Amino acid sequence: MAGVLAVAGCGDDDDAGGAGETQRVIVSAAASLTEALNACQNDVDGVDPSMSFAGSDELAAQIRQGVKPDVFLAANTTIPEDLAKEGLLSDPVEYATNQLVLAVPSDSDITSIDDLGEDGVTVVLGSESVPFGSYTREVLSRLGDAQSKAILDNVRSNEPDVKSAIGKLTQGAADASFTYNTDVEATDGALKAIELPEELQPTVVYGGGIVDGAPNAEAAQTYLDSVTEGACAQALSEAGFGSAPAA
Amino acid sequence: MLFFLVLPIIAIFVGTSPRELIASLGEPVVREALWLSAKTTMMALALILAAGTPAAYFLATRRFRGRSAVITLVELPLVLPPAVAGIGLLAAIGPSGILAPIGVSFSLSTAAVVVALTYVASPFYVRQAMASFGAVDRTVVDAARTLGASEAEAFVRVVIPTAMPGLVAGTALALGRALGEFGATIMFAGSFVGVTQTVPLAIYDRFSVQFPDALALSAVLVVVSAAILLSVKFVRGAEAVGGVGGARV
Repeated sequence: MAGVLAVAGCGDDDDAGGAGETQRVIVSAAASLTEALNACQNDVDGVDPSMSFAGSDELAAQIRQGVKPDVFLAANTTIPEDLAKEGLLSDPVEYATNQLVLAVPSDSDITSIDDLGEDGVTVVLGSESVPFGSYTREVLSRLGDAQSKAILDNVRSNEPDVKSAIGKLTQGAADASFTYNTDVEATDGALKAIELPEELQPTVVYGGGIVDGAPNAEAAQTYLDSVTEGACAQALSEAGFGSAPAA
Repeated sequence: MLFFLVLPIIAIFVGTSPRELIASLGEPVVREALWLSAKTTMMALALILAAGTPAAYFLATRRFRGRSAVITLVELPLVLPPAVAGIGLLAAIGPSGILAPIGVSFSLSTAAVVVALTYVASPFYVRQAMASFGAVDRTVVDAARTLGASEAEAFVRVVIPTAMPGLVAGTALALGRALGEFGATIMFAGSFVGVTQTVPLAIYDRFSVQFPDALALSAVLVVVSAAILLSVKFVRGAEAVGGVGGARV
């Protein structure tokens, strides 16, 4: 066991475990990372990641309740920072950026955020605690009171994670939502993204770290390194994520 | 085994002090969820009783080709994963479902919650009601008929009273299932405070932000579920002792 750990534990990017020995790493990751991180599952040398995707807030709540994944990857920086302050996570690193967009079905007549307050438009948002929901509320707070109220009056559901909001749109249950651009791209044309005006756009930075007391901390570091600058970073960029802002 | 089954229930009550529990129950979000759950569950039960009782009686007393296939189909939601029920409801009666062209579509509304609860809970009632109707002694019903009762009178005055314990037990089981429904609701009806966020959805929503609220709501569900279970046991006990007591004409 110790020998295996030593192999996987060099911490250098992507060159660990050349002998083909793999370490299981449990990764709790934001739902918006689903497609990108599944794509790089087999590309991190020496690590066999086992992925659990959900809303970042829910994954954080699990960690607070004592669940111990190895790596936690959130869709914002505040949730990992809070966990780090509570001593539950290593110093968080920023590993990607994303863009919040207005997501609508590809045949939709909606062309801008101004259409969302109209009568009869069904809007779903993220619940306030999940990052895409709190980014959405940042956007709404930058609109005038009347416009933001008109949109909120059309909200029919507050979804627990971004993928369930996407599902409501692809199923035709809702006309519009605010999601990440990458989630719209992952629908292969079922949905289209409408860019938000620059002055409304929130800064979307993804942060994460190694869970305190992670069962497999060294392999966890290998995985985290691949997310910041290795195979998974490549997969993130291919899925449309931006690279992390320079520290 | 007993320890394993009981521990999570104990933990729910240990994790929250009675004062916290009461305080959480005063939260508007929590109260709205409780009220919505009570309302939607009652509406679903009314639909289930109204449509399920005649259907169960029919299935229990008539013999026809394909009867067992029909019964299997009626019972299918019993074992269907709730997520499958949610997807199925969306595909059938969602906004772009197969019935949408003729105007039958529900989504993201309280009505959609009632539909989801009715769908997942009705087999629990129908199954039990079918068994109870099937156990009613036909000769007693025939006696009532020869004494001049019409088929409808015999049904109301003989069959229903005789089957009553089973009908009550079936109602309680459907109630328990409807109250706990999560998967089909969140997929088909969404989650919005006061409109579609029933207690199980509120537990999920509050879990990440306000754990005590989630515990308090869970505690309420534990108490209600236990009450349902006890009432079923009570009724079944009464049935075993004096089940024919209601069969007077």
